[in-house]
Amino acid sequence: MTDARIDLLARRLRDRVGAAHVLTDPAQLRTYACDGLATVRVQPAVAVLAADRDAVVTTVRLCAEAGVPFVARGSGTGLSGGAVPVADGVLIVLSRLRRILAVEPDDARVEVEPGVVNLWVTREAAPHGQAYAPDPSSQQVCSIGGNVAENAGGAHCLKYGFTVNHVTGAEVVLPDGEVVHLGGTAPEHPGLDLLGAFVGSEGTLGVATRVTLRTVPAPETVRTLLLGYRTVEAAAGTVSDVIAAGIVPAAVEMMDALAIEAAEAAVRCGYPEGAAAVLVVELDGPAAEVAEQFAQVLRLAEARGAFETRVARDTAERDLIWKGRKSAFAAVGRISPAYYVQDGVIPRTRLPEILTEIGRLADGAGIRVANVFHAGDGNLHPLILFDDAVPGAEQAAEDLGFAILDLCVDAGGSITGEHGVGVEKKAKMARQFTADDLDTMHRLRCAFDPAGLANPGKLFPTPRLCGERPGVRTADDPGRDPALGEVF
Amino acid sequence: MAGPPHSAPGTHAWPGAAQARPVSAAETADLLRGTRGTVLPVGAGTKTGWAAPPASCDLVLHTGGLARVTEYLPGDLVVVAEAGVPLGSLRQLLAEHGQMLALDPPEAGATLGGIVSANASGPRRLRYGTVRDLLIGVTVVLADGTVARAGGKVVKNVAGYDLGKLYTGAHGALGVVVSTTWRLHPLPPARATVTLPVDDSEHAGRCAARLARSTLTPTAAELRWDGAGAGGELAVLFESTAASVRAQARDAVTLLGGGSTGEEPPRWFGRRPEGETVLRLAYAPSALPRVLDALDALPGGPARGTASACTGVAYAAVPPGTDLAALRAALAPYDGSAVVLGGPLTGAGSAPARTAAEHWGPTGDSFPLMTRVKDRFDPERRLSPGRLLGGL
Ligand SMILES: Cc1cc2nc3c(=O)[nH]c(=O)nc-3n(C[C@H](O)[C@H](O)[C@H](O)COP(=O)(O)OP(=O)(O)OC[C@H]3O[C@@H](n4cnc5c(N)ncnc54)[C@H](O)[C@@H]3O)c2cc1C
Repeated sequence: MTDARIDLLARRLRDRVGAAHVLTDPAQLRTYACDGLATVRVQPAVAVLAADRDAVVTTVRLCAEAGVPFVARGSGTGLSGGAVPVADGVLIVLSRLRRILAVEPDDARVEVEPGVVNLWVTREAAPHGQAYAPDPSSQQVCSIGGNVAENAGGAHCLKYGFTVNHVTGAEVVLPDGEVVHLGGTAPEHPGLDLLGAFVGSEGTLGVATRVTLRTVPAPETVRTLLLGYRTVEAAAGTVSDVIAAGIVPAAVEMMDALAIEAAEAAVRCGYPEGAAAVLVVELDGPAAEVAEQFAQVLRLAEARGAFETRVARDTAERDLIWKGRKSAFAAVGRISPAYYVQDGVIPRTRLPEILTEIGRLADGAGIRVANVFHAGDGNLHPLILFDDAVPGAEQAAEDLGFAILDLCVDAGGSITGEHGVGVEKKAKMARQFTADDLDTMHRLRCAFDPAGLANPGKLFPTPRLCGERPGVRTADDPGRDPALGEVF
Repeated sequence: MAGPPHSAPGTHAWPGAAQARPVSAAETADLLRGTRGTVLPVGAGTKTGWAAPPASCDLVLHTGGLARVTEYLPGDLVVVAEAGVPLGSLRQLLAEHGQMLALDPPEAGATLGGIVSANASGPRRLRYGTVRDLLIGVTVVLADGTVARAGGKVVKNVAGYDLGKLYTGAHGALGVVVSTTWRLHPLPPARATVTLPVDDSEHAGRCAARLARSTLTPTAAELRWDGAGAGGELAVLFESTAASVRAQARDAVTLLGGGSTGEEPPRWFGRRPEGETVLRLAYAPSALPRVLDALDALPGGPARGTASACTGVAYAAVPPGTDLAALRAALAPYDGSAVVLGGPLTGAGSAPARTAAEHWGPTGDSFPLMTRVKDRFDPERRLSPGRLLGGL
């Protein structure tokens, strides 16, 4: 990529979206060099701080004309490096697209621009007795566009499902600048469910410029319980018992001793002292159902030897219980100079066994690991502690994280439950999927983005071009021109 | 190879087509690799009429031989089953463990692969969603014989593209679904049904809105609609603990201003309406009364149907000769669509078969993209050609 080509594109962008919105000064661009995965930094050639939807469409069109790759960025909280820019490319910052476009409680619907913060949706819906269910721990900051791209989850996804289950429509700018409408306010639009495929595509299929979200009625009753255990096995056993009893809690979260210590140091959440593990169990729904199941959960917990069972009596107590859990990532900063968050999934029934194995790996590497996770759906978040002043410590932490992902895959799980593949885990895709599986996914990528301009270098383990398959009939497919192909 | 017994004989008869019944993914792949012609994948044949007739069919590929439940992990609430497994027999297996796959399309004998490919659902979609919410993994065989998996065996998984969504409702046009992996739910211990007569479309809309805005958690709210003048009946199903269904049924009667409570839903509950032309209507949920009005206004007599009241989906048997384009235009303000379910695959006698446009309605601005997807997955257009929206 020549500088002249970028310069020309930057000039065109200034003309079309306004000079004030186009950054090329390296000092200003530094802010955008990484997302929540701070270890990977790449400065983009240009950043466009899009003021509105049309600016996004224009930017994508100009990039497509120039054959320059682009990366969308929401709030930059992603933990897999999905929003890491391309050095010779354009970063499209969406955080100014923050309008709430419609609130329609009778259709259980809120329509927003992509830069709208997750929590704002619930804020809009709350006066109508509704809520937006997906609640990532980063919900005070992360954007709906980023949630859609990552198919974000949260503690309450155990019962309510993930982002994909709550998005009914989107307006998307395809990588060639074409604007399409996927889904809508009605269910089951005739034709292929391209919306379902777009959600979770990590910015590689285009840029969402409007999103229609489904809201859910706020439950009649919510009960939150904090359980303290002497052993991790007993806590994990309770999770299995609850599920086996036919109860689907709104959330079941688990933290181990090191994570508890960190949370306590950071936010004084008052978790039981001396616990090897705590569970946060929340039930919601109609009062009679919750009362009955709550009593049952308490019995099951006691049968597993929970030494403390604390029931939140009011919203303040409930918030305090959740505060410990939701701040756990940042809290680990209190007990370690640096840390690295992993995200893997295992079949829930294998929790005790895998946790033991993680402990063994960590001891072997001489590294401390704090475990925080969505226990109800087997989604682990090992927080791997290291001292970034020690040469090689970061690498060792990363190696341990990857070894944990191998455990997840071998147990029949996944390398990511909610943070995405991004740049961080693309090599691991080949551990979870066969070459044919990946090739099939790539067909979808080529249908949306034959020139490989949208967020290149993410998600797929190896560089590849489109149009290399025999028999693809679109003769005018620009992907056939290797010069335009994706360069990883 | 002999075909399986069909519950709806003749619905996928295609003159002169060869028949095959592979018993594994590998055999399915060999079959596709070893032939060149067009292929029509078929399960039990209960919903073959849900897509437009194929442009051609050299081979009918019956999935009934893919009949194994390959993995069942009750503790993880996950099951893996091949495409030809009938939902009914899977349901029995799961019930022995107090669990269920929360999909309840009524077509008797329907296979998992067919349910995925036709995106069939029933009343409980209100609470549990549809195939896209429950299918967590899938294996397909592409037109060139590639066997590809997407998703996995854990509910929470965002590794790679979620191709399961793409194959849902694709009627086999992107690949032959050979295996499916599902998220399961516990079987609720008790049930109660509140039924009440509904006078007119406004009344129906009011009841649906009240339910949707309440904190009640019905698993289904089905409306039977007999047309203007005749009105209909609403059946609200609660499935939970015994105490909860009792309390919720009581609250529902208060909320809806009447109704009687029993255990089982009425006989019509969950059945599709019967008639020559049956439609699946979808619309923004709050538009229910307007949709009922549009059905009542059809020339040629009242349409009868059922609606999954709070979800924006209804099924209607419309009078012969109904102008579908006009009905679709009436639904357009509510983001509506009307898709034909049923009908023969080939034209009877000299009558032409239904066109894709008649079947599905108009295409939107994403149609060129759908075409590109089809061309990437099935470049020679061998699989279910012509059956999708826009004749893809
Ligand atoms: C403390 C902390 C806690 C977290 N907890 C959770 C959690 O509980 N659950 C969870 O799922 N995640 C969690 N995350 C991860 C992160 O918050 C989510 O992935 C979130 O969805 C990212 O949103 P964002 O706006 O920050 O996106 P960014 O980081 O800006 O971008 C993420 C990806 O989305 C793409 N993208 C952004 N906007 C668009 C758009 N409009 N169209 C197309 N692509 C777009 C980007 O290109 C990139 O690939 C956590 C992160 C932190 C830092």
